[in-house]
Amino acid sequence: MVDDPSKSDDAASLPAEHEVAAERLVRDNIGWMLALSERLLRDRGLAEDTVQEAFMSAFRSLREFEGRSSLKTWLHRITVNAALSKLRQIKRRAEDPIDEHLPEFDRHECRVEAPWSNLIAVDDVMENAELRERVSKNIDALPDTYRIVLQLRDIEGYDTGEVAELLGISVSNVKVRLHRARAALKKLLEPILRGEVDR
Amino acid sequence: MSHAPRNSVRRWFKGLFLKRVHHMITCREFEDFVLRYLDDELSDRQKSVFEWHLRLCRECREYLAAYERALEIARSVPASSGEAVPQDVPEDLIKAILDAREH
Repeated sequence: MVDDPSKSDDAASLPAEHEVAAERLVRDNIGWMLALSERLLRDRGLAEDTVQEAFMSAFRSLREFEGRSSLKTWLHRITVNAALSKLRQIKRRAEDPIDEHLPEFDRHECRVEAPWSNLIAVDDVMENAELRERVSKNIDALPDTYRIVLQLRDIEGYDTGEVAELLGISVSNVKVRLHRARAALKKLLEPILRGEVDR
Repeated sequence: MSHAPRNSVRRWFKGLFLKRVHHMITCREFEDFVLRYLDDELSDRQKSVFEWHLRLCRECREYLAAYERALEIARSVPASSGEAVPQDVPEDLIKAILDAREH
């Protein structure tokens, strides 16, 4: 993951038991940690639980923080680990299969793809709150197995090896899941991409 | 008049051409290369084969453009919609974390 130095980096150099430093650490970082957890878990209550657990874990190991990465990068990974652990704990309903959203080929191994007469510009989506909301919902609609890989690699910025390590799966498995997630997302976003959604 | 029979013949011929001609891959094989192409992990020869297919196949060319656009949009949405830093962190959550630390 790309380092993104936090303004509270110096908090790591203060004694862990220092109350002012602890409060500053929490206040400076809780916003983005909560947003990250909510993106991964799709539930505000679970995200709040996860952030509490992440801070407890960070306080326990603050002395071990060696400053090889920025404090924010370190906290980011702790939060992701806590969210993934929470995802494993909660009982989710059986995932919908992703197959119906994957590319189609005919018996001659030719792609079945309707012609594209229009492809929406990124800015046209970013400037429209309703379209952004629909994109977020479509990302959330992906089965967890695939969604998590797409979010960690493409949205949170971890590299393939780091995603494999976080999820405890092989690099080749990450690549398979990532490609399927992207292909399925493209299919889900097609009405928006083709400019067929009212703006 | 329906174009279905003509399309069917065209697809049959395209499939046959891509399978039989040296230095060509089918659309299904192309799909297996997409991720490594975008990550610039293909060998020179693989990249050349991939790009030859792109030049010849309208469906894969448009598919790849839409795939990349969907990815750009997915990457842009969280930051642009302010999800990265929500403003409504409950004060009781901050207090609960700090209280738990003291115990």
